[in-house]
Amino acid sequence: MKVIDRHALDLLFAALVRRGYRPVGPTVRDGAIIYDAIRTTADLPVGWTDEQEGGVYRLKRRNDDALFGYVVGPQSWKRFLHPPARRLWRAEREGRAVRFIPEEESDAEKDAPKFAFIGVRACELHAMAVQDKVFLEGAQVDASYRARRKNAFIVAVNCGQAGNTCFCVSMKTGPKATAGFDLALTEVLEGGRHYFVVEEGSAEGSALLLDVESRPADDAEAETVNRIVAKTADQMGRTMETAGLKELLYQHYDHPRWDDVAKRCLTCGNCTMVCPTCFCTTVEEVTDLSGEHAERWQKWDSCFTTDFSYIHGGSVRSSPKARYRQWLTHKLATWQDQFGSSGCVGCGRCITWCPVAIDITEEVKAIRESEKQGAGSQRQGK
Amino acid sequence: MQSFVPVAAEVVEKRREAPKIWTLRLRLKDDARRRRFQFRPGQFNMVYDFGVGEVPISIVSDPADPELLDHTIRVVGAVTHRLCERDRGDVIGLRGPYGSWWPLEEARGKDVVIVTGGLGCAPVVAAINYVMARREAYGALKIFHGIKTPGDLLYRERFKAWREAPNTEVYLTVDRPDRRWKDHVGLVTALFGQARLDPDRSVVMMCGPEVMMRFAVRELVERGIAADRIYLSLERNMKCAVGFCGHCQYGPLFICKDGPVLRYDRISRWFDIREL
Repeated sequence: MKVIDRHALDLLFAALVRRGYRPVGPTVRDGAIIYDAIRTTADLPVGWTDEQEGGVYRLKRRNDDALFGYVVGPQSWKRFLHPPARRLWRAEREGRAVRFIPEEESDAEKDAPKFAFIGVRACELHAMAVQDKVFLEGAQVDASYRARRKNAFIVAVNCGQAGNTCFCVSMKTGPKATAGFDLALTEVLEGGRHYFVVEEGSAEGSALLLDVESRPADDAEAETVNRIVAKTADQMGRTMETAGLKELLYQHYDHPRWDDVAKRCLTCGNCTMVCPTCFCTTVEEVTDLSGEHAERWQKWDSCFTTDFSYIHGGSVRSSPKARYRQWLTHKLATWQDQFGSSGCVGCGRCITWCPVAIDITEEVKAIRESEKQGAGSQRQGK
Repeated sequence: MQSFVPVAAEVVEKRREAPKIWTLRLRLKDDARRRRFQFRPGQFNMVYDFGVGEVPISIVSDPADPELLDHTIRVVGAVTHRLCERDRGDVIGLRGPYGSWWPLEEARGKDVVIVTGGLGCAPVVAAINYVMARREAYGALKIFHGIKTPGDLLYRERFKAWREAPNTEVYLTVDRPDRRWKDHVGLVTALFGQARLDPDRSVVMMCGPEVMMRFAVRELVERGIAADRIYLSLERNMKCAVGFCGHCQYGPLFICKDGPVLRYDRISRWFDIREL
């Protein structure tokens, strides 16, 4: 492990730019910390933190000048790797013939954007790994995702504090970044010093670090990382018991709790938009007035709409109950059969950004409690 | 075939099957792609019409001639409406084939039991056509088809032809008969007894409204047909056909890549859950 001073972070950004990367990181906008292009550390949320609760998100001043002294905002890195809208292909009509033009340029590594993600949290690294399984590890590969993912340089940041809606400890996805980064920083503000302990995760990360003034971390500094991460782990605002969770949910498709949550759920789909692993999309056909050109666009979609499951005659999941049940059981149960891991990384966004403060950990708890009390609904399946 | 991007296909023939149901015979324009194309009965293509959109359509023609691809399309929405307006010489888009297929290899030498209902079901037509073209390779072919009223009977001519084929039985039933109806009345499940199904020799291939399939599966299992001898073709909303868009989820399965043809014992846990 190495140590760099706070001012060296600007040099690190400059080094990334010199290598052709576009730094993207946290910045304050419209009362929230979002991810966008950044140039220097002045663009970071210096001295800001976020207060989160079910249905509540507020920025607040810290009493120091921490750069990464917040938890997570409404956005996740998926908007750069799996963009909210992207053109899949174009078509041109020539008389009775139709010519299809693939988006080869953007799918090729050399043409895909080279992002440097600054400030990626442990739960977000896990979320990327989860989406990798969806887009890269099946029979079909999403070429555009692959190109963007391969090109990305990742600067992780270990969480120095947990939010009230965080439960990464339960999901075993944090708060310490353990893999999937080029460099991992731990921000330290102690005894009048402001510095970062840096862990190298790749050869490219190590090479980049050579462009910046650094020195080896001493024992005390290295130990500080563990102390900060342990403190964060103790602050988790939420917990979720994951043992046997898949079977628990598989056995309770008829649980009365689904009716209960359906009375509260507005089916707005916020949870799916802020979720760093939700990957569903729809397609739109875009045409112009000439009638000669058509474009096929892929856009994020949400399983909370009735259109999502529409087949001629009606929607398969017409009730809000069925749609909430689909989202939660997919995230926590069927995802495991589909991709070999949970679809939830415990970031808490779905709790914070739910306008009526529905809490995934509470919904699971309610079903589990009834099971423990033997008051669960009749079992499904044979 | 590159995912998502269709290839140009020409309509080489168009046949009217019933009111609002047409079969389009498609031929890929590109020679190399056309020669490479192979499929199995039960699989589907994503069929695209310029400026309108794309829909999953089952391939009903014979896989021995994969250069000509028949798609039977019912007008139910904007894309199918436009596709059914297409005519010989028009060019549309196609990508595929996708999904799982009927167990027609495993069923060789056995009785093939087809159960369908509602307004015709193209996926089982693919299986019936396949067996008809290789009649000696299979045992008895027993076709059960249930509909609401006689007016809902599509493919009247085809049923007639199948009924006259060797070692083939056709059982038609309606909920509400008219005076001219000469076949059965009642649920399709009531006919299984008359047909004397042999559990040891039968492989069931089923497609239709899910409520009908629920009753039919229950009845067949009660009659001793093993759950792993019953195959169903399921339908869900689909946008991508390769497991990325998430729309076709059925419990842990994706109908586009794990289905559409699924063996009953592998989905029995999910089969009775409403709005899954």
